[in-house]
This record gives sequence, C-alpha cells and structure tokens, in this order.
Amino acid sequence: MDGNANVTSTQGVPTVSDNRPDSGAPLLEVRDLKTHFPLDEGTVRAVDGVSFTIRRGHTLGIVGESGCGKSVTAQSILRIVPPPGRIVSGEIIYHRRHPTKNGHGSNGHGGEELIDLTKLDPRGREIRDIRGNEIAYIFQEPMASLSPVHTIGHQIIETIVLHQHVSREQARKRAIEVLGHVGMVKPSETIDRYAHQLSGGQRQRAVIALALSCQPSLLIADEPTTALDVTTEAQILDLMRSLQQEFGMAIQFITHNLGVIAEMADEVVVMYLGRQVEQASVDDLFFNPHHPYTRALLRSIPKLGQKTRDRLESIRGMVPDPFSVPKGCAFHTRCPMYLPGVCDDPDWLEVGPSHWVRCNRAMEPVS
Amino acid sequence: MTLTQAPSPDIPVNDKDLLVVRDLRKYYPITRGFFRKVVGNVKAVDGVNFTIPAGKTLGLVGESGCGKTTTSRLILRAFDPTDGDILFQDRKLGWVNIPQLDDVQLRQLRRNMQMIFQDPYSSLNPRMTLLDIVGEPLLVNGVAHGQELRDRVAELLKVVGLRSEYLGRYPHAFSGGQRQRIGIARALALQPQLVVCDEPVSALDVSIQAQTLNLLSDLQEQFQLTYLFVAHDLSVVEYISDRVAVMYVGKLAELADTEELYFSPLHPYTEALLSAVPKPNPRLRSKRIVLQGEVADPSNPPSGCYFHPRCRYAIDRCRIEAPALREVKPNHLVSCHRADELQLQGVPE
Repeated sequence: MDGNANVTSTQGVPTVSDNRPDSGAPLLEVRDLKTHFPLDEGTVRAVDGVSFTIRRGHTLGIVGESGCGKSVTAQSILRIVPPPGRIVSGEIIYHRRHPTKNGHGSNGHGGEELIDLTKLDPRGREIRDIRGNEIAYIFQEPMASLSPVHTIGHQIIETIVLHQHVSREQARKRAIEVLGHVGMVKPSETIDRYAHQLSGGQRQRAVIALALSCQPSLLIADEPTTALDVTTEAQILDLMRSLQQEFGMAIQFITHNLGVIAEMADEVVVMYLGRQVEQASVDDLFFNPHHPYTRALLRSIPKLGQKTRDRLESIRGMVPDPFSVPKGCAFHTRCPMYLPGVCDDPDWLEVGPSHWVRCNRAMEPVS
Repeated sequence: MTLTQAPSPDIPVNDKDLLVVRDLRKYYPITRGFFRKVVGNVKAVDGVNFTIPAGKTLGLVGESGCGKTTTSRLILRAFDPTDGDILFQDRKLGWVNIPQLDDVQLRQLRRNMQMIFQDPYSSLNPRMTLLDIVGEPLLVNGVAHGQELRDRVAELLKVVGLRSEYLGRYPHAFSGGQRQRIGIARALALQPQLVVCDEPVSALDVSIQAQTLNLLSDLQEQFQLTYLFVAHDLSVVEYISDRVAVMYVGKLAELADTEELYFSPLHPYTEALLSAVPKPNPRLRSKRIVLQGEVADPSNPPSGCYFHPRCRYAIDRCRIEAPALREVKPNHLVSCHRADELQLQGVPE
C-alpha cells in the first residue's frame, strides 16, 4: 500500500460537508441492540449486541457477509423487521430536530428531542411520521421497491403529500425538481413513466429521488449498487456523494463490497454473525485493520492490478449456520489466531482513537 | 461416424488452439404488425472474433446487455448463431464447426463442453440428490452405472472439496459455496475440454469467492481445462484469465493479454471500466472517470463507433465511421480509431 504520495485527494479521515455547523453531531445512537428471530428450529440472533453512532452529515459504512445482520440492523432502526423477528433489547436514540416552518429535516434549527425508536409502536403514528420522511431507506433491488402499476411521479407525490403539508400541484413540482436533482434526463417526462420503462440505473435514480423527496436527515442505503453495472454504479455513488454535500444528510451505507466502502464511508463497522468485530475510520480499517476477520477479508478479495496469479488467501471454512453460532468468539472456528482459553469471551477493546476491536489478540503481531 | 464439416480450407487454424470464434453474429429480429414484418434487428452479438488456446482462460467482460452471455451460449449452441464460425478442436473428432453440426454430432461434442452457472440455487434441482445431479451426465452418456457410478461421483465430489458421504443429500443442505462446488463437479463429470463459466462467483460471499476461484484454477491445472470465463467483475476476471476480451453492445472493444489490458488499455471504454471499479483503498477516492449516459440500445445503436456518445476522446470520425478490430500492438487488438494516439490510464500501480 505505498505509492500514494502523489494522490492529492482526501487523505486520512475524509471530511464531508464540514461547512455545516451541525455536521458531526450525533443523529442516531444505537446502543446494545439485539434483534432476534424465534423460529421453530431455534432462535436466530440476527443482531446480537450492536452499538454505533451515526453523525449528521457523515457516512457510516456497515460491511459484512450475508447473514451477518447488517440489513436487520437497518430494519430495526426503521422498525420494519419482518415477523417473527423482534427487538429484544437495546436502544435506538434518534435526535429529532423539531420541524420549522420551512420544512422538515436537517435544515431546521429548533431544539432536539430524543426519541427511543425501539419504544415506538411499529405501526404507530410517530414512527410513520419518521419513516420515509426523516429517515429514508433505499433497497437493493430497485425494481422490487417501485410499484409496477403506478408511475414514478405518483409514488414520489404520494410520499410528499403524506409527509408535508402541500397540495398535489406543489408536490408534483417538488417531484420534478427532485428527479432533476438525481440526474434524471427530462424529469418532466420521466415523472409520468412506469418503472418498467426505465433502465436499471434510471430506476435506482428514481428510488433515490423517492428517498430524498422529503429531505431526510438520515438515508439508509442497503446495497444500493449491488444490482448495477460498474459504470452505472460509479454514477450512482457519485450522485449519492454530491447529494450528501448538498443536503447535509447522514448516510448509513450497507454493503458487502469493500471497494464501495472505501469509496463512500467515513467510519466503518465490520459485522460477523450479528456482532460488530471492528469499528474504525475508513483509513484505519483499510491500512491498519486489527481483527483477524477484517484482515482476512481484505486479503481475500482479488484486487485490480495485482499482477500475480498466486492463490488468493481465503478464509477457511464457511460462515456457520445461524442456529449454531460458535460459543465465545464467533469467528474462532475460522480464525488463524485462535488460542483456546484466550478467545472464550473477546472484549470490545479500544486499540486507537475511535478504533474498536472485538478480539483478545488484536494487539499481538500478526502470525 | 465421420465428420465432414472441416473448417473452410482458406482459414488456417493453429493446433494449439481449442476454440476459434470467427465473425460470430446473433441477431434477433424485431417484428411489427399482423404479418410480423421484420423492421429491424437487435444485434446481440455482432461480429465477434477470438481464439482460446488449449489449457488457457479467456475472460469475457462487459456490462449487462453487451452480449457476453449470448456469446457463451452460442458456443455451446444453446442457440443457433445467425452467422459465423465456431471451430472447436474435439479430442476425438478433430476440428469441427459447431454451427454446422447435426443433433447426433452435437450430442457427442457436448460431452466435451460444459457449463458452470451463476446461481447455485436455481441451477441445481432441489429434488435430486448429489448422486443424481453429478451422476446424471455419466448415466445419460452411458459412461457408468450402478456401483461404478457411485464411485465416480464420490471421486468427483472429493476433487471439488466435498465429502463423499454427502452422496445421498439434497442441495438444500448445502451453502452457496458448496452448491457451486456441486455445480463444478457436475461440469467436470465427463472430463470436458472446454468449460464455460458464466459469472461463477458473483452470487457468492466475498470469503467464498476466493475459495471458489482457487478451486477453479487448481482444477484447470489438474485436468488441463480450457475456460471461457464470463463475468462483469474486472478484478475476478483479472485473477483467473490469461487473456481478456472486453465487449460493448455486441462487439469486441478490446482483446489483449490480461496484464497488457489492465495496465495499458487502448480503448477508452476499457479505461473507463477499470477506473469505475470501486477500489478497496480509501486514499484513491475521487480519481475516477465517471461515464455519462447509458449503454447504447442494441436495437437502435448510435452511428459510427457505438461508444462515441459516452467517449471523452470522440472526434468527428468516430461519429461517422465504425472502427474495425485491428492489431495495434502484437497480440493487442482494439476497435478504436484513435488507439495509436491516445495515452490512456490503466490500473494505478
């Protein structure tokens, strides 16, 4: 990882929209969240004690393989965990700004109200007022999250009318505006199109427009580019970054792709089987990883321009079955550093400034 | 049985090659009206040329809709091409031209060409045991039955890193990575010469991708397999391929040895693709070329070079005249008018 001397782009912890006075203030605090799924075969502890803070105007990346609980974490925040899953303990504190006359969201400068989202009725008025309005969600598959029988415009207008006190005409104007913002060609025509008439990239732009229509203070993006081609992915990532600069919203970016994380996140949480194994600034995570799982993940991905055809280092074995998560450190069955007796109950250790690792051997030299 | 379809005498073939694809085309007609009048064509594959030497891997990359899957299916003759030659050096039959074979000959040939599919969930029949799935090609072709079949399947499972006791289990008992191994065992059952891998790792988790890629390259060495590796992930293609072909709207944009293509690309599209891949290095941020617009519509492609509306280097000539694939450097083919003059960026070293 040398040869970066000539790189003039953002170094170290990247700074996003620092011109905003409130950037960096906590927006959402997740504390020891546990979301479990009681099934006939046993209880799946999809999220089992996760804590992190999302800051205003910043991007938190959540990375992990399938089944690590990254999506369930996001669903817990919005209280849309599919049954029989439920939040069994923990808090999700949302710092809500009171809406001002010029609209909702981060532009308001009222006092802050702290709301514990886990205490709300998932079908109640309060969460419905927040969901889609102050906290928006972008799903992985754009085709599945748009209605096939309503026009794009209809869906955006419905969202705006539902959450903001404006007339349909005003809402339509806003919808065209927001479609223009996300780089849709001819927004005044696209607004009357159906999802099937758009290409994959355009659909994802429409979904982003839908999410941004009420100027949320937090955008949760769950694998928003996984279904897209690389050149379209690059466009969407660029778009999300510039929209973040413009609106100053926070983004929780969920993905399995470490390249996308490196591209987007300020801070990163690595998850494995429902728990955080490491949390660090994006630069520390890629250049100074401490958890054996993070290290192994970083080594196992084929990198562009590797120039060798040596074997890829792979993590041995596979992600264990969610019904029989290994005792102690969940990763110990696959870990090259496992020592019986030492790894039974790994602590959440601070190994550097805002760099946390769940591994008792994190400070030892790499074997 | 004799095969008379030798390749046309005017086209020399090299006996070190296994597969030679020449000017391959597949058009889907667009019809309109009651009489289904043909009003145009979707040129899914439009004049593709490449060769794969025996025992090597050709990577075929491109975005969705560029024709890479159609090309691979044409080679297996899942569809009949509109035009072009697919010359294959069969172990027993010698050189044959796949589009001209009849059903009986094809059946014999297909033993030597197998496929590994993208989705390990939908490509295995949930009602068949591993013995049935992996043993079916052996049974259908009359290679083995009874105890011998069991032994062969057990052996194949071991080769791909699964335990032979799993013979009687059903696919649902296995994870995605293990299922992909089952698919690989099935493809290897008849000891094929050519294996077409269509996005074999894109549905797998990061840590499982590495295992599967390692397995594929071990098997290639062990059985002298030749791979046509179709994928959209450029870093995966780089790892596995000896030579890489980049497709754009049914045509080849560039074809070169892997290292050459990645470090000194000659086509602006290749440059943009390489640049667009998110790199796992936060210090390389915002140094990307982001292409504007979208992939051209193959039923109504732009004039001249199909890539010109998105190309940063396009000149008037590109709008009028379609560039032909030509050899600019030894073994480095590109279809771009400006390939000689442009200084393009490869992967940052």
